[in-house]
Amino acid sequence: MKILVAVKRVIDYNVQIRVKEDGTGIVTDNIKMSTNPPDDNAIEEAVKIKEAGTEIEVVAVTVGEDKAQETVRKALAVGADRGIHVKVDGIVEPLAVAKILQKIVDNEKPDLVFLGKQAIDDDCNQTGQMLSALLNWPQATFASKINIKDNKLEVIREIDEGLETIEVNLPAIVTCDLRLNEPRYASLPNIMKAKKKPIEEFTAIDLGVDVTPRVQQIKVEEPPKRKAGIKVSSVAELVQKLKNEAKVI
Amino acid sequence: MSVLLIAEHNNKELKAFTLNAITAASQIDGDVHALLIGNNCADVAKSLSEIPLVKKVIQVEAAHYENFLPENFAPLVVKVSEKYSHVISSANTFGKNLMPRVAALLDTSQVSDIIKVISPDTFLRPIYAGNVFATVKSTDEKKCVTIRPTSFEPCVTSSGSASIEKVDAVDEFTSSKFIKREEVKSDRPELGTARIVISGGRGMQSGENFKLITDIADKLNAAIGASRAAVDAGYISNEHQVGQTGKVVVPDLYIAVGISGAIQHLAGMKESKIIVAINKDGEAPIFSVADYGLEADLFEALPQFLEELNKLNTIQK
Repeated sequence: MKILVAVKRVIDYNVQIRVKEDGTGIVTDNIKMSTNPPDDNAIEEAVKIKEAGTEIEVVAVTVGEDKAQETVRKALAVGADRGIHVKVDGIVEPLAVAKILQKIVDNEKPDLVFLGKQAIDDDCNQTGQMLSALLNWPQATFASKINIKDNKLEVIREIDEGLETIEVNLPAIVTCDLRLNEPRYASLPNIMKAKKKPIEEFTAIDLGVDVTPRVQQIKVEEPPKRKAGIKVSSVAELVQKLKNEAKVI
Repeated sequence: MSVLLIAEHNNKELKAFTLNAITAASQIDGDVHALLIGNNCADVAKSLSEIPLVKKVIQVEAAHYENFLPENFAPLVVKVSEKYSHVISSANTFGKNLMPRVAALLDTSQVSDIIKVISPDTFLRPIYAGNVFATVKSTDEKKCVTIRPTSFEPCVTSSGSASIEKVDAVDEFTSSKFIKREEVKSDRPELGTARIVISGGRGMQSGENFKLITDIADKLNAAIGASRAAVDAGYISNEHQVGQTGKVVVPDLYIAVGISGAIQHLAGMKESKIIVAINKDGEAPIFSVADYGLEADLFEALPQFLEELNKLNTIQK
């Protein structure tokens, strides 16, 4: 069995995001970058399946600038077998990423593709579903539990109303929720070993995918700030304010 | 130019957020047609036809549409969307699951989770967990857009009289199968639409202590929320999570108890009309977004809060 896992390099989730003064983008110089958090869950799940079975290969793929290769290297350090880096500069929209991943799937022929459910930079929540559409494969999105049985996958999905269980035939796409598992940290020896694992490089042009954005970013800005409130000194005062001033209770 | 709105429902009635999505759709173009895909959903078709903003209802029924699988829905939406300039749905788990599958089949770059319609091709949307607003312009001929329901008012639901047109189903996608849905039943209002939300964080210290929150929620007819830290610690189940990866809520009153105010949590509640923070750490970031802050031990403050509420007799149901 082969599992392909897509990972994205994003600004670390603990970094306070700042907008460039001219409104053309986000400040990224000297900012800490990390793997998109739910993509860590995707890698973890693939590695867990590999450890529980035999003859399972895990391939990590990323699409992005030169430094995006760090996310593939990290995936290799926690247990992926080899990597693929599709080099693209600038903003790549989910549709373009899905088209690139489709080409990689055509080459690699995996049984499963795991992705994070959403990237915490553009918050689009699209790539996995788009890839499923392009491949005409089943999609199991927002997965919080998965169970492989024979040639099928049973998935528990997180939905607004609670939980939903579906069963999909392989090959299939799974997008991972943060609650799917607890990602491990890479050990130092494994980080060293990962440096020797192979990473294959392509460009979008090699794969014949046009990545020209279709959605123009006109400007970015900070949202309007809430005006500072007041501190109240007692519960009684709080309740009086809520009733008589804010009139919400 | 007409707008195709994908209705969300449970085959018996419309889901509340469909009404917000209809409002957003009508701001793009007045000619809004509602696409209803389901099974034995005549009552829903009737409700849709009575919405004044809806000019036409397109109803498609088949057994394989019973459980809303996007693999079944997407090819049908693509077929129906031929005559439309925009395809719209809510950016909740229904729309998030379905719309990108539609967009990819249409070779359209989707615009997700908009909070404002600036013009038919230009929209405002939050990125980086709501820490940044981006103005984006779609250059695709057909646009696929999901809308953040809490950013648009629900539309009026009566006195309309749209026609209902029936359209044939397309073939079933047989590689995906629905097994079951476990909906959390509660007498309380839904978190996403409640007028008042009271949330607990790591400061609650245990699941049992959430009783202090529950008692107040009962009194205020409020929904119960939680920070990711409280959910991860196992104090409360995940459908209560407010934040970047949980639900986005915009109630009239949001009460944050024992929540420090991580960026990811603020993303889910900072648009609330009135925010109250109760926290014993006076430096907690939650106070920077709170209209009323109470620096206090929650184990003393919450029982007092309940007591004060009991003294009032004008609580709205």
